[in-house]
Amino acid sequence: MCTVCGCGEGESRIEGHEPHDHAAHDHHHDHEHAHAHSHAHDHDHGHHAHAHDHDHAHDVQVRGDDHDYGQGPARAHAPGLSQARMVQIEQDILGKNDRYAAANRGRLMQHGILALNLVSSPGSGKTSLLTRTLSDLKNELALGVIEGDQQTSNDADRIRATGVRAIQINTGKGCHLDAHQVGHALDHLQPDDGSVLFIENVGNLVCPAAFDLGEAHKVAILSITEGEDKPIKYPDMFHAADLMLLNKIDLLPYVQFDVEQCIEYARRVNPGLQVLTVSATSGEGMDDWYAWIRATRQARLIGHPALKRKDAATGAAV
Amino acid sequence: MHEMSLCESLLQVFEDEARRQHFGHVKTVWLEIGALSGVEPAALAFGYDVVCRGTLAEGSRLEIIETPGTAWCLQCAGEVAIDARHAPCPGCGGYQLQVTGGDEMRIRELEVA
Repeated sequence: MCTVCGCGEGESRIEGHEPHDHAAHDHHHDHEHAHAHSHAHDHDHGHHAHAHDHDHAHDVQVRGDDHDYGQGPARAHAPGLSQARMVQIEQDILGKNDRYAAANRGRLMQHGILALNLVSSPGSGKTSLLTRTLSDLKNELALGVIEGDQQTSNDADRIRATGVRAIQINTGKGCHLDAHQVGHALDHLQPDDGSVLFIENVGNLVCPAAFDLGEAHKVAILSITEGEDKPIKYPDMFHAADLMLLNKIDLLPYVQFDVEQCIEYARRVNPGLQVLTVSATSGEGMDDWYAWIRATRQARLIGHPALKRKDAATGAAV
Repeated sequence: MHEMSLCESLLQVFEDEARRQHFGHVKTVWLEIGALSGVEPAALAFGYDVVCRGTLAEGSRLEIIETPGTAWCLQCAGEVAIDARHAPCPGCGGYQLQVTGGDEMRIRELEVA
């Protein structure tokens, strides 16, 4: 209801304006009320593939009747009371990141590159796990690494010591990698067709969950020195992941850690989560992880020319 | 979470839209934040004021519309309301839940001048 004159047009609906209905169409509305209004608000939906404009006396009714905007000037339509107008945006806050991520994903797909976004808290043994993986697989598969840290290139140096190419991204104050940074890193790294690209995210179990980088899968690494309830303490990350590696399993005799309970917690937040127990130090379980990488890569490469080329080059079994 | 970067993304959207839709100031923004989005509304509000200082959105009002978390329970074969990702089904107490809503972070609308 209008707060100035009390007219009840807030109940009115505009046909075809369900809040999420953005079918491809172009239309224009004019609203008439029982009393005169001398101004109109314009609404543009320019970021969609089409444009539709509305002219009507009240901003609120374009929302259907879903939301109460309170008593601010947005609800007042008396001439001269407010020069404000409403613009509908309907954008995801992370829309820009998601667009970069989609571009990365398309590019990776085109080149038959399996990108894995490795996420964990600091100190889970992510870099050790990665360096061992690289050493063990580098003669079999083409590999590349994008390394994210707030500061230093220490981790990229450790990666490069294995002989695998790595690009370091220092996020500065940033608590996560974003898709734009990864796109630039791809420009520099130019990973081989059919390769496996590991993106080691900033050690942080919170923020990287929300930022799609264009990867095929997020792989969450949790070490048994961290406590078995991490998956329910940081549910977003374990929900976003497709695979969990339970690392440092060689330390099981020395720490209090209930593996079954941990997996049960993880599946509470993500019933479809696959879990592998590994030790980057002893090598236990690492073959399962490698088998997962091979199978995932091959599944994505079925029918892709990169599979035949690359595997002909390395002599690896298809 | 990463509320500061969310605020910076917001500001970027404002600036892009201001150019496209020809406005000079943002007076109010309505965000839809899901209960399962991992965003802490209080932290977002704090970051918002800081990030907007000296910009086209300085002094603007942030209105957060919180949307509930929903999930599909496989055992109950129905949609249920949940307030956290690790919460059990309120009906059967099980965890066979597929989140169906409440993870959104969207800008709904701006009041501009």
